[in-house]
Amino acid sequence: MKLPIYMDNHATTRMDPRVFEVMKPYFLEIFGNAASRNHSFGWEAEEAVEKARKQIADLIGATPKEIVFTSGATESNNLAIKGIAEMYAERGNHIITQATEHKAVLDTCKRLEKEGVRVTYLPVKTDGLIDLDQLRDAITDKTILITIMYANNEIGVVQPMAEIGKIAKEKGVLVHSDGVQAIGKIPVNVNKDGIDVLSLTAHKLYGPKGVGALYVRRRNPRVQITAQMDGGGHERGMRSGTLNVPGIAGLGAACEIANREMVEETKRLRFLRDKLKDRLMNDLDEVYINGSWEHRLPHNLNISFAYVEGESLLMGINDIAVSSGSACTSATLEPSYVLKALGAGDDLAHSSIRFGIGRFNTEEEVDYVGNKVAEVVKKLRELSPLYEMAKEGVDLSKVSWTAH
Amino acid sequence: MAYSDKVLDHYNNPRNVGSMDKSSPDVGTGMVGAPECGDVMKLQVKVNPETGVIEDAKFKTFGCGSAIASSSLATEWLKGKTVDQALEIKNTDIVNELALPPVKIHCSVLAEDAIKAAIGDYKSKKTGALKPEAVAVH
Repeated sequence: MKLPIYMDNHATTRMDPRVFEVMKPYFLEIFGNAASRNHSFGWEAEEAVEKARKQIADLIGATPKEIVFTSGATESNNLAIKGIAEMYAERGNHIITQATEHKAVLDTCKRLEKEGVRVTYLPVKTDGLIDLDQLRDAITDKTILITIMYANNEIGVVQPMAEIGKIAKEKGVLVHSDGVQAIGKIPVNVNKDGIDVLSLTAHKLYGPKGVGALYVRRRNPRVQITAQMDGGGHERGMRSGTLNVPGIAGLGAACEIANREMVEETKRLRFLRDKLKDRLMNDLDEVYINGSWEHRLPHNLNISFAYVEGESLLMGINDIAVSSGSACTSATLEPSYVLKALGAGDDLAHSSIRFGIGRFNTEEEVDYVGNKVAEVVKKLRELSPLYEMAKEGVDLSKVSWTAH
Repeated sequence: MAYSDKVLDHYNNPRNVGSMDKSSPDVGTGMVGAPECGDVMKLQVKVNPETGVIEDAKFKTFGCGSAIASSSLATEWLKGKTVDQALEIKNTDIVNELALPPVKIHCSVLAEDAIKAAIGDYKSKKTGALKPEAVAVH
């Protein structure tokens, strides 16, 4: 076993060597511009792009013509939300989203608010799921778009997309979903889930960084999006810019592998994730899972170790790469807004660790991580005045703290 | 972010971890910070009532590595000082000693506050014991 261990697979994934092999020829040999129509260099590049389009479409139940290539999910989310707001401005100016979205969605919505679009940010329940009745109630005759992420990047909670899709369809509202964390990990089908526009990125599913895609529905209904970047009119006019052929070939290959291996891989990752959870929960008291356990990605474990501050825990497990919702690990010195949205209290957000188990993690690594984390939590609790007070029976919520 | 060697040393080998009897008249206890802010420091001093010298110091800290290191360092510095000398410890001394980056300066401020709170608690106990009517001054 090699140290350090990478277990932060919601942030990014190591590229699968099989994907790398597929990409290789497109740097030095097949280097043409996929938009060059009059020579073999262009044709070969175009062939690679069209193959990838089909591989992506197959993974999400779409058709190849519905796939638009982008630089990644941030761009896909921007293009989808801004592009729809602009295209459908005459029909309405209201968008519905929810509190635990990725910043690429939330900040896009905030920008649109400055331009006069009205945005509803639905709260989530303590399990991280949105309330479907609240969603239904939020829809008005001015609503043009519901944008809800498929699965959350911190807590791995999977939203009920099919039901969201059904509600939207009844009301004639489009659905966009940030599918970054879900695609390639759990079955996603744009038709069964009633999704009209779907963002994805390669680097979260063992593909390269800097390439992503946006699925844009062509039938029932035909969705139109206003381009957000001017140029050569590539990708059916929705996204200009010379295509990143090696990246796209890699994204396609990553999708094909995910599609082929998902059932087996899910089983293996769930086993490892559950083993880690059981190891920690059987050994330590006052350990809390953040978000729904039932509606969760199979490889996500987001857990709070009460009375232990997250950054100090990361410091003690510095041969393991994971992340924390603690304020001390964020640039803003604010604890995770996702965990705060669950209403569990800031102190549990400060104590949270996110484990993202991936394709290249082994059982030996999971055992090592479980042992190491438990050991460091125990050590830090010996150091924690809060743990001592809790053991003495002090109700910490009743103490008047000197706010700092 | 990389931690300084001194922060790592205090984190890995914290000095003077523990608790003393907070009801003892010779022990001053300071508890500062709040769980929802991600930092709580408890610092205790045991003072020789004859000489006013701090004979022992203990801490427990919930917080990041820099907060643990700041309070660990504070207990080291407190031992052997008189209570008045202890009040001269400044957060900037801690920043310099541990080479704390700007985002961690609040850890050193918290440690200074904890020292002041612990000494204040000891002093109020002492005045309280001698002149019970003077407790309200604190």
